[in-house]
Parts: sequence; structure tokens; C-alpha cells
Amino acid sequence: MTAVTPAPPSTTTPPAPADAAPPSRSGGRSRLRAAAGFAFGAAVLFGVAPLLLSDFRLALLAKYLCVAMVAVGIGIAWGRGGMLTLGQGVFFGLGGYAMAMHLKLADAGPGGMPDFMQLYGQLDELPVWWRPFASPWFALPATVLLPMVVAFGLGSLVFRRRVRGAYFAILSQALAAAMVILLIGQQGTTGGTNGLTDIQGFFGYDLDDPVNQRMVYFIIAGVLLALLALARQLIHSRYGELLVAVRDSEERVRFLGYDPASVKLVAYVVAAGMAGLAGALFVPAVGIISPALIGIVPSIEFVIGVAVGGRATLLGPVLGAVAVAWARTALSERFPGTWTYLQGLLFVVVVAFLPGGLASLWALARRGNADPASSRRGWSALGRRRAERAEVEVA
Amino acid sequence: MSERTERSEGREGMPGQHGMSERTERSEGREGMPGQHGMSEDRLDGLSVRDVRVSFDGFTAVDGVSLEVPAGDIRFLIGPNGAGKTTLVDAITGLVRATGSVRFGDQELLGRPVHRISLLGIGRTFQTSTIFEELSVVQNLDIAAGARRSWATLARRRRGIPDEVAAALETIGLIERADQLAGTLAHGQKQWLEIGMLLVQDARLLLLDEPVAGMSHEERDATGALLETVSRDRTVVVIEHDMDFLRRFARSVTVLHAGKVLSEGTVAQVQADPRVQEVYLGHPVAAGSVPSPSEA
Repeated sequence: MTAVTPAPPSTTTPPAPADAAPPSRSGGRSRLRAAAGFAFGAAVLFGVAPLLLSDFRLALLAKYLCVAMVAVGIGIAWGRGGMLTLGQGVFFGLGGYAMAMHLKLADAGPGGMPDFMQLYGQLDELPVWWRPFASPWFALPATVLLPMVVAFGLGSLVFRRRVRGAYFAILSQALAAAMVILLIGQQGTTGGTNGLTDIQGFFGYDLDDPVNQRMVYFIIAGVLLALLALARQLIHSRYGELLVAVRDSEERVRFLGYDPASVKLVAYVVAAGMAGLAGALFVPAVGIISPALIGIVPSIEFVIGVAVGGRATLLGPVLGAVAVAWARTALSERFPGTWTYLQGLLFVVVVAFLPGGLASLWALARRGNADPASSRRGWSALGRRRAERAEVEVA
Repeated sequence: MSERTERSEGREGMPGQHGMSERTERSEGREGMPGQHGMSEDRLDGLSVRDVRVSFDGFTAVDGVSLEVPAGDIRFLIGPNGAGKTTLVDAITGLVRATGSVRFGDQELLGRPVHRISLLGIGRTFQTSTIFEELSVVQNLDIAAGARRSWATLARRRRGIPDEVAAALETIGLIERADQLAGTLAHGQKQWLEIGMLLVQDARLLLLDEPVAGMSHEERDATGALLETVSRDRTVVVIEHDMDFLRRFARSVTVLHAGKVLSEGTVAQVQADPRVQEVYLGHPVAAGSVPSPSEA
């Protein structure tokens, strides 16, 4: 095609700040770096942590890593897709309850009923909707597929009607509240406020045995790494670019011939599946699932971790989730009762001064080394936005 | 437009930047984008708008507009603020509900959702630039090219630069800025990127809403030349207030006023129309004086 070359005189083009240019995607090098990163992560999770941490701390870390799995999903849905989902507890809970139901039934043995039903349910036999969960072939896929199906149904309704922004956030939060009310109301079949507790075995392994607890930790660490690999593929794919485009200008994407609702739906469903898997693995790690673990407050806490870490990056949500959960334990041990305030403060500080999360500090620091002038500018609001952008590209 | 029948066969090279005399020519020797979608390669469709009405809560923004834009035309839509120009484009692209009929080629557009209309080959830009600022120029174009891609393709990473994206980069003159974040482009370059996105989107009808607003003279010239190039195998409709730009690059003009078509024809015909003068100047210009609608 004949070039029209509407290239204007260079004077009309302000020189682009070097730091804002995305790194050229030399596929080989970035993949090498990613492989090195995964190897490092695996070394820490499988080597260093089990060596250095006591069984008690390792079990706590297993719990944090489950939260981190939810965070990976939120990073995709919120960080990349712009859907502030304040109801991931619902999907976490669906996965958790599906797993716990199976484990309770396995504990009770063939034909048996879970202990709590005998205690306060006037039930003669197992409720119909409990029965399929006796089979691991149903229960295990259900931990992931059930949340995905629910997310698909909900997302189809919501995104096609162009519900977004704060309205979507409120809606998703209301869903978490509704789920808790439902669970508590159906005490006879769901365990009510107590939830499903006292889970003894995990597919034939005794969960009280520290060796088996370690095994559960390793499974969780492996799954987290796998989810990170999946998230990375998603982010770097064409779909990932499209998702960012939908986040930034949904209408424009529509005019390009895409249906933004489907694009968002995929991210939302994937995030729900990750939350479900996290919930399922949380159960053997902690031995309990209850409404208090999946309601509004935990749902918001999932999001806080992601915001603190840096929602638009790949690793930010994971590190943020683990750091916040860790800080919570550490500070609660020392100053009981203050954690809620600290958490709130942390959230406010991050949102107000570091919208890109801690991950943007990393970008700032790196840029500061390269160019001192730009680092000074980096502390202005504009610079912060740029840093966030640059980090979006790096992730 | 019956005036617009002169055609030059196999015209070579780029259209002159000051091609006043060439303005009415339409090149048949179109090189075309290396479109991968086949269907549009040889089809050049016109736009047919019949009795389109758009009302918002009792206010009629577009009041029975009918117009024909022949294939390959560069039609300018002008009119005072509130004349219904943008609303008409909104109606064509499915953004607002309208009655009447809008056909592009043999396809009825009204009643279809926005993204379906887009897939029929209708592309538009907005008054404010709506590129994806946090993506690079190539990523912007690649996304625009991808609406027909399968999910399997979407799940994979982009390798290199697709042919149609490379061609569009060349057409809009942004090859050297391919990896730059779109948000860091100069104003004019953003507008060209938008047009480039329409090209890779394989739009056969381009609806451009004030493409040269805020541009320098050089940028306007380049944009006009770009329009002439893309109109070789596409139909272009431009909403514009810039009368100088209109005089130089319009092949035909439709004047809207208060939701209705006031006048239609060549630039000269429209300029000579006393009704247009009245709308723009408040009174008809006496015969003999220079007919020239003021800048709106």
C-alpha cells in the first residue's frame, strides 16, 4: 500500500519519556526471566520454607498461600479486567464447602452421616444434594466447576446489562452476604454458623499427622505455582491485552466488534475457579470451613491484599496477600485487637499514595537507578500513574 | 452524487497534499489492505440512510434524515452544534435507538447490537480520542484487527506483527512508534492511530467524528491525504467543523440543521445554497459576494 506518511515534523511530537515506553517483548528473554522467577519461587516454597519454618508456621503459610490463590484471580478480574469483585468469598466458599462436604462424608464412612447432622439436624437420612459429594469424582471437579458455573450465570446477567464500577462491587458484596445468610439459615444441612468442622482425613490420610500436613502444604504450593503460570499465560496472551483494553475503554472495544461482556465474563469465571480451588485446598490445610471465612469481611480482605501488593501485576497480588495475612497473624499475636485498624490504615495509605501497590515501588526504584531525574518526577501523581503503567507492561 | 463520476484508472502514487483538482477523482486501482477476511476485498458499499429518527425523552435529535453516501465517497456532515450529526452517527453504529432504516450494502444496521454492526464493516471514531492509552501502538492495532479471531488465537501470545497491522502502521505513518505506549503519542498521532485501528478492523465504512479538531496545519494536510488514500477502497463519512479542511477534502457535503437535512451536494453547491448561508450567517448572502460558510 502506498505510504501516505502523515509523519509530522518532529517538533509536533514531544519526546516520549523513556520510562513510559513498554519493554520490547523480546519473547525469549522475558520467558527466560519468567522461568528463572518460577524456579526461584519453587525453591523458596519447596526448599527454604519447609526447612526454616516450624510445622505450625508452615501450616499457617499453607493457609496464606490459599489466600494468595484467590488473589491471583482477583488480580486478573480486578487488576486486569477492572471488575472490583468484593465477593470472592462466595466462590472460595463454594469450593471450600464442596471439598469439606466430601471429606465429612468420607470421615463418616459409607452410608454414614456427618456428625453435626446427627447432633442438631432432625434428619433421618442424608439430604439429596449432599449425596453426589460422597464421590471424589464429583466433589473434586465440583470445587472448581461449581464456582465457575455460578460466576458464569451471574456474570452473564450482570455484564450484559452493563453493570460495572461501584455497582458491580456492591452487587458482588451483596452476594457474599446472601451466601452467608443462606448457610446460617440452613443449619441442619450446612452446619450453620459453625460451618463444617473437625475434618479428620484427606483422601485416606490423617490430617493430624504433621507429615500429611506437610504434603498438603506441598500440594498447595504446587497449585499456586500452576495458577501463576496460567495467569501469566492469560496476561501475556492476546486475550490479556484485550482485557486491559476493555478495562480502559469498554465502549471502544465494543466498536471494534468485540462483545466486552464475554471478555469480562472469561476473566470473572477464571477468577472464580481460582477462588474455588483455593477454598478446596484451604479445607485440608485448616480443617474447617465456615460462614465467617467466606463472608463480606474475608472477601474484602482478599481485595486488600491484592491492592497492597499491586493489582495489575502478576506477582503483586500473591506477595500482597501473603504479606497482609502474615502481618495480620504477627500483629494479632502481639497487639490483639489493633489489627482491624492497621488493616484499614494500610488500605487507605495504599489507595491514596500508592495506587499501583507495593509493586509500583519496585518500578520506581528501578527507574530511579536508571534516571535520577525521572525518579524525582516519579513521586508526582503523574509519575505514579506512569509507574503503574510501566508495571502493567512488565507484569 | 452524479457529479462524482470521473474516475482515474490505476492512479499511482500518493494523492497530492493539495489535490484540489484531484478531489473528485476516485481511484479504481486500489491496492487494498492485505485483509485476511476475504469478504471485503472487492466490495465497496455505499451507505443508505432512510427517514432516521432519534428521540430522547420527547426531544427529537434526528428528525427524519435521509441521505445516500455512494461507495468510495468522502462525505462531510456539517451543521451547527446540536444539528444531530453525532447522534446520526450514533444511530448508524447502534449506540442509540433509532427508527427508520440504515443500510450498508445489503445489510440493515438498525436494531443490531453495536459489536454486530462493527463486524459488518462499520468503524467509527469519537470526538475525544478513545485509543487504549496503556497499550502500545501495535497492541492497539492488533486488538482492532482481532474481533474475528477465534478464542484459541486469543489464548495465545502475539508473535511479531501481523501483516495487516504492519500495513496499517505504514499507512498511518507510525512505524517508528510501534512499541510506544499509545497514551504518549502526540494528539494528531492518536487520531491517526484511531483511523489505523479502523483500517485493520477491516471497516469498509469509516465514520469519523471531528478527526482534525485540535490539529496543526501539517497534521491536517496529512490527515486529508490519509482520508484520500483510505477512501480508495472504503466509504468515508466525516463530521467536521473545519471549513478549510472541508473545502479541500470533501467530495460531497450534507448539511444538517435541527435534526434535518438542510442541503446536500458538492462543496460549491452547498456553499451557494442560501439556506445554508442563512443557518451559518443568519442571513442569505447577496448574490455576487463570496459564498463561504463561516467556521462553525
